[in-house]
Amino acid sequence: MKFSEQWLRTWVNPALDSVALSEQLSMAGLEVDGMAPVAEAFHGVVIGEVLKCWQHPDADKLQVTEVNVGAEEPVTIVCGAPNCRTGLKVAVATVGAVLPGDFKIKKAKLRGQPSHGMLCSSSELGLNDDHDGIIELPADAPIGMDYRDYLQLDDTVLDVDLTPNRADCLGLRGIAREVGVLNRLPVNAPEILPVAAQHDEQREIVLDAPAACPRYLGRVIRNINIAATTPLWMQERLRRSGIRSIDPVVDVTNYVLLELGHPMHAFDLDQLQGAIHVRHAVANEKLTLLDGQEVTLADDVLVIADEQKPLAMAGVFGGEGSGVTATTKHVFLESAFFSPAAIAGRARRYGLHTDASHRYERGVDPELQRTAMERATALLLEICGGEAGPITEAKSDEHLPVAPRVSLRAERLNKVLGIEIAAAEVTEIFERLDFTVTTTEQGWDVVVPSFRFDIQIEEDLIEEVARIYGYHRIQAAAPAAQLRMIPRREGMLTPTQLKRVLIDRGYQEAITYSFVDPKHQAMLFDEAAALTLPFPISLEMSSMRVSLWPGLIGAVAHNQKRQQQSLAFCETGLRFIPDEQGENGVIQQPMIAGIRAGKAFPEHWQEGERAVDFFDIKGDVEALLALTGNAAEFRFVADQHSALHPGQSAAIFRGERRVGYVGAVHPQFEKALGLNGRTFVFEMELDAITQRSIPVAQPVSKYPSIQRDLAIVVKASIPAGEIFAAIENIGVNHLVDLHLFDVYQGAGVAEGYRSLALSLTLQHAERTLEDNEINAAVKMVVEMLTSEFGATLRE
Amino acid sequence: MALSDIVTAAEAAVATATTAQELENVRVEFMGKKGLLTEQLKSLGQLSAEERPAAGQAINEAKQKVQALIQARTQELKQAELQQKLAAERIDVSLPGRRNQVGGFHPVTKTIQRIEAFFGDLGFAVVEGPEVEDDFHNFDALNIPANHPARADHDTFYFTPTTMLRTQTSGVQIRTMQKQQPPLRIISPGRVYRNDYDQTHTPMFHQVEGLMVDTDVSFTQLKGILEDFLVNFFEEELEVRFRPSYFPFTEPSAEVDVRRNNGEWLEVLGCGMVHPSVLQAVGIDSEKYTGFAFGMGVERLTMLRYGVNDLRAFFENDVRFLKQFN
Repeated sequence: MKFSEQWLRTWVNPALDSVALSEQLSMAGLEVDGMAPVAEAFHGVVIGEVLKCWQHPDADKLQVTEVNVGAEEPVTIVCGAPNCRTGLKVAVATVGAVLPGDFKIKKAKLRGQPSHGMLCSSSELGLNDDHDGIIELPADAPIGMDYRDYLQLDDTVLDVDLTPNRADCLGLRGIAREVGVLNRLPVNAPEILPVAAQHDEQREIVLDAPAACPRYLGRVIRNINIAATTPLWMQERLRRSGIRSIDPVVDVTNYVLLELGHPMHAFDLDQLQGAIHVRHAVANEKLTLLDGQEVTLADDVLVIADEQKPLAMAGVFGGEGSGVTATTKHVFLESAFFSPAAIAGRARRYGLHTDASHRYERGVDPELQRTAMERATALLLEICGGEAGPITEAKSDEHLPVAPRVSLRAERLNKVLGIEIAAAEVTEIFERLDFTVTTTEQGWDVVVPSFRFDIQIEEDLIEEVARIYGYHRIQAAAPAAQLRMIPRREGMLTPTQLKRVLIDRGYQEAITYSFVDPKHQAMLFDEAAALTLPFPISLEMSSMRVSLWPGLIGAVAHNQKRQQQSLAFCETGLRFIPDEQGENGVIQQPMIAGIRAGKAFPEHWQEGERAVDFFDIKGDVEALLALTGNAAEFRFVADQHSALHPGQSAAIFRGERRVGYVGAVHPQFEKALGLNGRTFVFEMELDAITQRSIPVAQPVSKYPSIQRDLAIVVKASIPAGEIFAAIENIGVNHLVDLHLFDVYQGAGVAEGYRSLALSLTLQHAERTLEDNEINAAVKMVVEMLTSEFGATLRE
Repeated sequence: MALSDIVTAAEAAVATATTAQELENVRVEFMGKKGLLTEQLKSLGQLSAEERPAAGQAINEAKQKVQALIQARTQELKQAELQQKLAAERIDVSLPGRRNQVGGFHPVTKTIQRIEAFFGDLGFAVVEGPEVEDDFHNFDALNIPANHPARADHDTFYFTPTTMLRTQTSGVQIRTMQKQQPPLRIISPGRVYRNDYDQTHTPMFHQVEGLMVDTDVSFTQLKGILEDFLVNFFEEELEVRFRPSYFPFTEPSAEVDVRRNNGEWLEVLGCGMVHPSVLQAVGIDSEKYTGFAFGMGVERLTMLRYGVNDLRAFFENDVRFLKQFN
């Protein structure tokens, strides 16, 4: 709600400057979002009258004028505006004037003709962007008067960002009332008197949907002059509220909307056929709106109709065929109360938002219709002439809202606010708010006036008391509660603990959008269906991620384009897998993922540099798994994944359950994804690694450990992991560590074979191992490797 | 050669020896089996019994003296050798160490961690919830029925008319209150979504919401805990003000502004006393219990705390930006 401060001060004029007034409104819950001067700085502009006006001898598009500016002698001014003419009252920047943009007016010669000033357009004065020639002032504008004074331009526009519950302040009347309450000042509302009927023409009004529209007032006004000019003061007030002047009828309805907060509508009487019906639309009924858009109405949309057709979307937007036009002679004025429930959401459904729908959705005063009608009638007759008929009112008393009686208990007020407010002060606050209040044994019974329809329950009254009392007067206190510990399970690893491990290994935590480019996602996960946003920010942000990889790949690509080549990112967050079994048709699963590209470590003066490879990222995954204390439960199994290099990818299993993947991004996608070179990724279900086993301590052996090294030759196709698992599974006595220290393929080893060098560490808990025990253990391993894997010992 | 000459010769020889081997040679020369001093001892037999003790003592003294000289020189040489070795091993300690790269948490995560710590110390448990929500948890249960104007203010990303990306983490509070009776103290951090993208809005951002429900929770306590939090979060004595506002799920409601170093008032969070309808909808006795709730935008707090100017930087993940917070 934007309005002129000056206008407000005609209703109520507290002894506060603009800044203090804004602050006061904000602190009462009517947040002032903006304060702007009505006009830019200029001075030296006065009202003048064009006495003579003739063609410039040497320029086709210029005229020479003599203008009376109230000085002894008229001044000569050259003007280029086509609407400049004799007898016109104009805004004259006299010599010495300074216009917006620090534009100084000096004596000049234009094509040889002296010019002592300038006739101004609105845009030259910074009032609007109108370039349609110079300002035309009414004939009664007083010559010589300062233009700023004439238009009262030393004014501020206040922009109040109203919360949805304060629809009563969507008009000057409501704001003024609030200022009056806050400053304990009376409010001088303009006097609105009934306009006597000058003829008896009426339109029958039928309320076909009385719950949706329990009150509808109509009035016929005959013989208006639609060509009349809206008075400057009204145009200015509209302009300061951000509303353009259209024609006097629209201007008057808009003015009443701003002044009283009540929307009105005017129909061209000659376009109406028979009685007015307020009814719900018939499904698929069509209506062409004032902006030319044809909409197909649903049956919960309220319309104003005549006997043949819908005329307007009630409370939202007028129809094209029935509105006021330049040829309108007689109008039918509407002033109605629509139930918020009947209007709310309808405008949005059709992509509309109007000043009327904004108010009706939030609610208007159900008792204000007649006042608004009388106000609009009086203003219309004053500007356009014409004759008003009687007001026709159709209403359904049983459907009209009744102001509830709301009780407030003193005990409840104190409990919720945590302070005690003196009973007399509470009563006084209600009285200031114009609430009808009676004190009771427990507190207060309140009946609110019709304009405060937001007050329905006890808490609403508590808020009103707190608001007017002043939040700043309510002191702060530390909350009191019973001390109770929050469970902190040692066996639970948090995402923070897990990410910490990756961060210590050089990863930067990233946060990427949950919606990704469907092209990239479909490329990487060819079979996965994804949840799609029907109305995304952009196509590239329209597909809910089924993995954290697309986002992380995007982060790497973004950095590589900015010369950052060595990158390691990790992220935790949800992936979204469409699934009938999940709540709301989607399984939202927490994941942990990482990505690495470029160098394995920063180039070092001694170590040199090396490109990151599979075993770097696998090492990171292993570090995460080690944190669970159950690393042995996890296995890496060569496996294919649509996103990964077929020879460099592994599924990660915990027992028999596949919980993730690690591998190189498939090289064929690198270019399309914007990746510069080989990139490695992993992703695991977070739940698979958040359980940590609580240690059960074992005694440490005091006896020496023995290490035996074995070099075996096996087929290169046999995964080392299987060999390791086999050794661990045969139950070698006293084996405490098994370690691979070399892998060799080449000269000395047959083609298709490789040598694996293993180190076995044996140790007894209670004594020193004997040689024969050690030899037996080694023999057991060698025999098993020979029989199971065809291994030979390498000499 | 006179004994004194031998000692003098030995002294000279020891002094010029520069290696352990040379020194050993000196020892052999004077004290070996055929060494000069050994020969002297052997010649004692040629002396009379009267002369022998004095001569023997003199030789022994000479021997001890040479022995001591050799020992001292040995020590000297060892020291010199060690010094030489140490000198040879000298390195440039100003050269960089190996694999010195450590990453860091995202600044948004850092802020969430700090908020969790402040409230965790006061017994607020962290709870999380789904991001694809239904209209019951995201709106209806929060006193925002269908067609409520507040729904239009949310710029919701809908999937269907009843499912959407959550616009606030408040749904988590509803889920918690459905499962658990008061006393309740929780905070719920997480991603939320609004269909808006410009200099000051990203379609995804983070919120932390807090909720406390107990028998005597009041607006004064809401003021107390939030003032306490803001002063601790910014680690300065800033001005805090509570301004009446409106949220469908709280009443009375407030927006909270801070002013640092007498600058502008900046809005940092919204809060209020939990609306009785919200408590009733989850089966909590709103006569017996009262509660407060608050919600804050994590990115906004992070920007103010660290002087970040562009909201969008948080989700571009430019390492040059992120590393500043390591």
